[in-house]
Amino acid sequence: MLDTLSELLPRLPGILGALTLVGLAIGISYWQKVGLEKSMAVAVVRAFIQLIAIGYALQLIFDSDNPLWIAVIVGVMLTVAGLTSGKRAESIPRARSIALLSISTSLALTLGTLLAFKVFEPTPQSIIPIAGMIIGNAMTATSLSMARLRDDLNSSRSAIESALALGAPSRVAAQGQLRTALATGMTPLVDSTKTVGLIALPGAMTGMILAGSPPMEAVQLQIVVMFMLVGAAAFASMIATFLTYHQFFTKAHQLKL
Amino acid sequence: MTQGHQIEGKAKFDIRQLTVSLGEDALVIDDLSHTIVEGLINALIGPSGCGKSTLLRCLNRLIDPTKGSIMLDGSDIATIDVLGLRSRVAMVMQSATMFAGSIADNLAFGPRSLGQDIDRSRMVELLELVSLDTKLLDKDAQSLSGGQAQRVSIARALANKPEVLLLDEPTSALDPAATRTIESTLKRLRDDLGMTIVLVSHSMEQVERIADTSALMLDGKIIETGTPEHLLSGVHHHWTEQFAKGELSSQKEPHPN
Repeated sequence: MLDTLSELLPRLPGILGALTLVGLAIGISYWQKVGLEKSMAVAVVRAFIQLIAIGYALQLIFDSDNPLWIAVIVGVMLTVAGLTSGKRAESIPRARSIALLSISTSLALTLGTLLAFKVFEPTPQSIIPIAGMIIGNAMTATSLSMARLRDDLNSSRSAIESALALGAPSRVAAQGQLRTALATGMTPLVDSTKTVGLIALPGAMTGMILAGSPPMEAVQLQIVVMFMLVGAAAFASMIATFLTYHQFFTKAHQLKL
Repeated sequence: MTQGHQIEGKAKFDIRQLTVSLGEDALVIDDLSHTIVEGLINALIGPSGCGKSTLLRCLNRLIDPTKGSIMLDGSDIATIDVLGLRSRVAMVMQSATMFAGSIADNLAFGPRSLGQDIDRSRMVELLELVSLDTKLLDKDAQSLSGGQAQRVSIARALANKPEVLLLDEPTSALDPAATRTIESTLKRLRDDLGMTIVLVSHSMEQVERIADTSALMLDGKIIETGTPEHLLSGVHHHWTEQFAKGELSSQKEPHPN
């Protein structure tokens, strides 16, 4: 533990330097009466504590070499992601369970595929950060799809009920809304995949280059990461949309809002 | 409840002790029994919030009652296939929502949902039935006026050859001329096709003009039934008079007297 701390200390001036930028942002918020000063301060402190904690945790796990720890860390990530995503869509019945199920199924399918094709070694060093990226992106896709479907079902109530009243099954009556929800969850990743490298260098690649890896090595990893995240977002959106849809329609093809 | 001048005829719908509650204390329909007579225009009137639209939506199972049952030609609608029920009991909403595409696409929606086909000669027939220019068939449905759209939505509901047509305040958003056209269409459907019509209306004048039977609702109960003439002249004249003057309101709300 002391080792990690002593590794951190020489970096402290750099961290404090970066903190001046947050100070500036808080200043702008105060000056323009945005009212985000307190949230920003809380966010900064939280980020600091959370990252230090995960740093310690990862070090311990890498040192211990016990696969159970992987399960614990991934479990915590999934729980936090499920709760966060579920909270975004709170008015949906069982929002948290839906979010958790969507994200974890997406993780299982994506990670399973990668390990089956031996793209990564099943070590804590690869599984934990990769699971983190998958969960983070699946969470965004889940939140977007759930919230969009809820909003669209609300605003299209009269069109959907008109279709139901004409004898259409609920899947047909809500077809347009289901497609839009699915697309909304997947679009951010598809767009960022299209422009990857042109607008911004993505996280995994940036990290490797900053740490001194040759660019081509970083690029290879990034390609795998992008493809896997597209898959993760698609799985998560699909499951979240499907499960949310079932919360709003009964077996008797009734829309309940 | 008083039942003046029982209307002779076969019961199309027999509504038995129906209760619809939203949550514990909110009774929208309160132990209501009523008969919808076959081949007539059956009006349901009452102030807003009295439960008349909810009652209508129970008849094609867009919602299910909490208690009680509804018989259609002697069989409980809860036991009939719901999509089949909705093809027999069509519904027109308060404001017409046109589906994307042409009027022809809109007319084909119901039959196609039920796996049937509809040819152009039948579509022309449907437009004639609602007094719409048959040249409009390929026109974009989104470009119609409110009155035209409402007539298309009646034609669309008739495409499934229903036995019953439910209408939820079909003329509340229309001008007097468009209102009269819809009213004469409804009379023609009754006279020429022998269709059973259930009309939810906010207007006593409209009910007098076209309805054969009427039921006045208040706070989820039917407080009077009979011919419109009876409602206007019977012993319980004061209810109807209050309603016609717009003074009858839900007793659950603060009353002006």
